[in-house]
Amino acid sequence: MTASATLKTLQTIGRFGVLLALVALIVFGWLRYENFLGTYNVLSVLRYNSMFALVALGMCFVIITGGIDLSVGSTAALGSVVAALASPYGAVPGLLAGLGAGLIVGACNAFIITRLNILPFITTLATMLAASGCALLLAGNQSVSVSYESGFTELGQGDFLGFPIPAWIAIAAYLLGSLVLNLTSFGRTVLAIGGNEDAARLMGLPANRVKALVYLASGGLAGLAGVILAAQFGAGQPIEGVGWELFAIAAVVVGGTLLTGGVGSVGSTLAGVLLLGLIFNILNFENGLGWISLSAYWQSVIRGLFLLLVVAIQARLSVRAEQTV
Amino acid sequence: MAETATTLPPAPAREASRFDVKAFLTRYGAWIALALLILVNLAITPNFATWQTLNVNLTQVCAIVIVGVGMTLVIATGGIDLSVGALMAIAGALAPLIFLGKLFPLPHPAIGIALAFVLPVLVTGFLGWCNGWLITHLRIQPIIATLVLFIAGRGIAQVFTNGNLQVFNLPEFQFIGLGRVFGIPFQAVLMVIIVAVAAWMLKRTVFGRQVLAIGGNERAARLAGIPVATVKQRVYLISGLLSGIAGLIVIARNSAADANLVGLGMELDAIAAVAVGGTLLTGGRATVVGTLVGALIIQLVRYTLLANGVPDAAALVAKAAIIVLAVWLQRQGQR
Repeated sequence: MTASATLKTLQTIGRFGVLLALVALIVFGWLRYENFLGTYNVLSVLRYNSMFALVALGMCFVIITGGIDLSVGSTAALGSVVAALASPYGAVPGLLAGLGAGLIVGACNAFIITRLNILPFITTLATMLAASGCALLLAGNQSVSVSYESGFTELGQGDFLGFPIPAWIAIAAYLLGSLVLNLTSFGRTVLAIGGNEDAARLMGLPANRVKALVYLASGGLAGLAGVILAAQFGAGQPIEGVGWELFAIAAVVVGGTLLTGGVGSVGSTLAGVLLLGLIFNILNFENGLGWISLSAYWQSVIRGLFLLLVVAIQARLSVRAEQTV
Repeated sequence: MAETATTLPPAPAREASRFDVKAFLTRYGAWIALALLILVNLAITPNFATWQTLNVNLTQVCAIVIVGVGMTLVIATGGIDLSVGALMAIAGALAPLIFLGKLFPLPHPAIGIALAFVLPVLVTGFLGWCNGWLITHLRIQPIIATLVLFIAGRGIAQVFTNGNLQVFNLPEFQFIGLGRVFGIPFQAVLMVIIVAVAAWMLKRTVFGRQVLAIGGNERAARLAGIPVATVKQRVYLISGLLSGIAGLIVIARNSAADANLVGLGMELDAIAAVAVGGTLLTGGRATVVGTLVGALIIQLVRYTLLANGVPDAAALVAKAAIIVLAVWLQRQGQR
């Protein structure tokens, strides 16, 4: 097997592995619980997880370039605060304000990483602190309630054609993301940078510009997630978003995207988000059955074990692949 | 102070020719910044030169430094440990369960206290060793391998305690956080001992040299016959042990253990201290004393801002700026 064929196999296993696990989990829930596939449950799972889906999409692109963005959680918090402050002016200004806040953080990341040449890990760690500080300053250390008259809350709580608006936003973002990654030269450059940044540069690809855009997009998507957060829960929350970045990384990894970059898929990232989200949902149903009673704290333990399982399998496969080369 | 950074190979030979401002700044930047901060505070902050100020800042910084020492060693091998905060929470949740006798019956309170010191630290040490095992045997990237415990670890601590706050009043146990030796907080003494031992280990022992060699060039280290897997596992084990100790200090100081809060965000503080202190984040060059200085700088900036009426949130932004500036200066010095 050649190296590229090995990579292909890994990618396929990653992609179908997460889909199989997702289908298995859904079938399990469907057989075991009443109303698991009921309209209410499906729609509320989609509504709630669309925020994480947006953050994970940005993270997926960043990770494919071989980088990482730890600032998404506090960027979402900042976005939610800014959107809540702008919400009296209506839904669109609120949306744009949150998005803009996210884009500003993304632009800072892009500048520091590509111009000052500082590792993405440490850069986004710093902007995570800064965004969180800005969110707290703007909000005055408390949550900012949104305006209920201007229609802003529709962005999180409303439906369009019987489907939650946040889910529409997420679906649109994923379609766009998938098109960009698979069909445009930008997407190919993203993959090329992750595969080998020096080679991509030597081939004359605009590595810095593409990297900058990827971090900008990640910030913008996190800001958008913040808008949905504020609209859904009726408040801009400066201390929300803690641990979102790691949830997003976990979703991307579970979806089979390699952290070393160069390989990845938008669709399996979505599957990863849904998989991790459903674990929480199923836990609730299981408690509802009354056989066992697991506190919400088990959620993170189970997620962690799941992540461990996936990376262990990935690691075994790649070790074996190396041996067969 | 001559001891700033330990590098392999020791002492590059080209420094004699002329005075290099950038290199000087990289090498002594952290110390200069600390000195400037202290001078500024002496000038503008009321009641700065008091024992109380020293004690407040020392107690605030101890846990970060102790975790930061482990993080320095991990980063010196080119790795990272995100699980430190979660491990602190586990140690913090376990200790009260043990000395309050909730986990198993205690024959004597003194045994409970002794076990409450030893067992949690052993458990976090073991979990750190597990991190190392994932990284060396399954060849999982450090950031992901330790992400597993970052996510699950706090959950484990919360499941142990059912998320409840455990309040206690046990002077014998709380000595580690509240006790004093000749008027100096015991935790500060512990911190200085840990920093001194780790600095000595990194500079003078074979193990320390191996750590730096692995961070400098892992392939070359392996070809040179260094037992890379063993050394890396030990480094993560040490990080786990130190996180456990820091967890105990924090709960002893608060007279309460809250699994939701103990060590929250500690991984970031520790990494920030390491970065500001002048350790190379890509591995191969590390300074334990620098980490101490880095943590003191971050703490002093926060203290300066708070003491002069700037809100805590703005201190976060300042911290971010310091981290970026420190790493940027470090890069300038390398060129």
